[in-house]
Amino acid sequence: MSKKIIIDPVTRIEGHLKVEMEVDGGTVVEATCTGSLFRGFELIMRGREPKDAQQLTQRICGICPQSHGLAASLGLEEALGVEPPENARIMRNLMQGINYIMSHILHFYHLVALDYVKGPETAPFSPAYEGDYRLSKKENEVFIGHYRQALDIRKKCHEMLALFGGKMPHSVTSVPGGVTEKPTVDKIVSFQWRLKEVNHFIDQVYVPDVQAVGKAYEDYFQIGAGSRNFLSFGVFPLDKAHHQRLFKRGVYLKGRAESMDVNKIREQVKHSWYSNETSDKNPKQGTTSPQVQKGGAYSFIKAPRYAGLPCEVGPLARMWINGDYRKGVSVMDRIVARALESEKIGQALEGWLTQLKPSEKTCRHAAPVRQGEGAGLTEAPRGALGHWIRIVEGLTQDYQIIPPTNWNCSPRDDLNVRGPMEEALLGTPIKDPRNPIEAARVIRSFDP
Amino acid sequence: MTRREFLRIFGATAAGIGLAGGITSSVLAGEKAEKVLPVLKKIAADRPPVVWFQAAGCTGCSVSLLNAVYPDIAEVLTKIISLQAHPTLMAATGEGALGVFEEAVEKQAGKYILIVEGAVPTAEKGLYGRFGEDERGDLTLLDWVRKLGGAAKAVMAVGTCAAFGGIPAAEPNPIGAKSVGAVLGRKVINVPGCPPHPDWMIGTLAHLLLFGLPELDEYSRPRLFFREVIHFNCPRYYDFEKQRYARHLGDEGCLVFLGCKGPIAQADCSQRLWNNGVNWCIGSKAPCLGCVQPEFPDKLSPLYAALPEEKLRPKIHPNEKKKPGETK
Repeated sequence: MSKKIIIDPVTRIEGHLKVEMEVDGGTVVEATCTGSLFRGFELIMRGREPKDAQQLTQRICGICPQSHGLAASLGLEEALGVEPPENARIMRNLMQGINYIMSHILHFYHLVALDYVKGPETAPFSPAYEGDYRLSKKENEVFIGHYRQALDIRKKCHEMLALFGGKMPHSVTSVPGGVTEKPTVDKIVSFQWRLKEVNHFIDQVYVPDVQAVGKAYEDYFQIGAGSRNFLSFGVFPLDKAHHQRLFKRGVYLKGRAESMDVNKIREQVKHSWYSNETSDKNPKQGTTSPQVQKGGAYSFIKAPRYAGLPCEVGPLARMWINGDYRKGVSVMDRIVARALESEKIGQALEGWLTQLKPSEKTCRHAAPVRQGEGAGLTEAPRGALGHWIRIVEGLTQDYQIIPPTNWNCSPRDDLNVRGPMEEALLGTPIKDPRNPIEAARVIRSFDP
Repeated sequence: MTRREFLRIFGATAAGIGLAGGITSSVLAGEKAEKVLPVLKKIAADRPPVVWFQAAGCTGCSVSLLNAVYPDIAEVLTKIISLQAHPTLMAATGEGALGVFEEAVEKQAGKYILIVEGAVPTAEKGLYGRFGEDERGDLTLLDWVRKLGGAAKAVMAVGTCAAFGGIPAAEPNPIGAKSVGAVLGRKVINVPGCPPHPDWMIGTLAHLLLFGLPELDEYSRPRLFFREVIHFNCPRYYDFEKQRYARHLGDEGCLVFLGCKGPIAQADCSQRLWNNGVNWCIGSKAPCLGCVQPEFPDKLSPLYAALPEEKLRPKIHPNEKKKPGETK
């Protein structure tokens, strides 16, 4: 007899998520993921001044606003035909990079760790799922100390971002045409000094802690594989024309690396609360038309597909496509890839800082246009992020966004194929249906 | 309470408990705080229960809260108050998490302070935002805000979405997003901002706990933080007086013609600064968006367009009221 398990709400994530599973013989045999909140940013953007997009869309995510602002800026730069100066490219890399590190540290210590480490017996760390906490009492205590230290380090990351971004969350300086802030030497030094501390934490605390958790929970290298297809839009351009990036643009489909063709993306909505007529469109032609009572639908998340296939996005996808990490695809591989990516970015930031030119321009004027379109493709910490804008008569006519969670937590598509997280949950052993901690570990490994 | 008093009260905690020197495992484990100052002891003795709920928002307010420098945020959350529930931080998930919220309503009615982040979707019976379920089906964010808000001792709406509707309520407001105050029909303390500065959130909470309800303005914002308009305290105000205006983003000069909302935005950003004092919006050469105002974003859009002429020069500088001999 199979048993139904519902995890609603999934806490310690950004947003509202519900997961429903069928468990048979102690194993998950079916799973659905439900994005349970709709705000309608794409509809809100219509009819507005195009340049407002980079401010408004940052508010989609309080953890990765920088990435949304950047995606919007890139899309607008294409539509308005303006190219930011080199200083702006470098400053954006610095801001984006330090926010990756902030996000990854927050994810491991404050969102994920409590699935592996027993928190103190006080609210909000108690109550928690029971059983299967494997660290020794001493290791556990050290870890709780690191939880706290990580709070301080992630806060410093935001200070670094604010040096060039004005404030965080929701920075103000990245605009179509460049960055308003100037890379003065005091800011460079202030960034650099904190970076030393952050990189020390990554090397001496974060990476070793991830290794320790990986050792204690070795079986999680075998759990939660998912779709095994990867997609990355590429991020951190290393030259003016974005020919080279720290993380390559590409896809990895059915065991083969290929170049990424954005025209092969379709968003499908058969199982999402949107009008069926809008299904299977490339975001360039896409639209958003909610139908909250639609039968057979179970999520506000659409189902993006690349060449018809569900794809996992995020640090493991980026590291895999880049050839930096190809050990395996699992819960623990995602967590390890995230830590190793932080290390790589931390080192890159040191180099980029030295490329800033305090006396040179950071921003070019972006004159408004009557008609135009643009796509802003980048990577948020949690995966591929795309913004598409169409300007008609000087105003935003259409705006489409595919955030990373649409890829990872997508519901079934028009052919009823599961999304990556749904697929990853299949086969997960569940010891105690009242405490499905194993499933929670699979879900949070994606950083939904 | 001034910023100085606030820092005196809360800044003392780290030193008082001996935490400043290092990271110890006992920090979060409820170690006895014997050396805590009396005023802090007063709060810590009862550890007043606080419940944080997220409606239609982006978690940015929660992340901003974690950016608090003084007081130490881990200390506040685990020792000073009893943070019963916070969706981003709580260990419990699924049914266990729902249980924590339910228990607050059932067993701590009239005792807990509710903090809501995010606007409340009201269209389609609230079905644009769902959170858990009961025997009758999906529960909505609207159900929860009503339930939690009805039983709370006091309600704080943090962030402009919760306080005034904010971006989710922007035209065409597809989900019928409303402010927490509009949904509850009871006194709500608004701490707006997109996001609010951590000092504003913790300061308001501290005021509630130490001295009761803070003095509020017409938008139910604590006057302590939202009083003077940014314009008068702006380092570029002199440029405004001298009519030196920035023409393009990144230029020197007053930013009013690039859409700066400093002349109407009431907040202390220019003095308090953000992220441990490293910067702030106008400091980074970008115009103020007026994110603390009920007009944000629709009535302040296009964001990079100048305010109407009559609003560029605010009528009375609030400090003028303090002039000797002034009778107003």
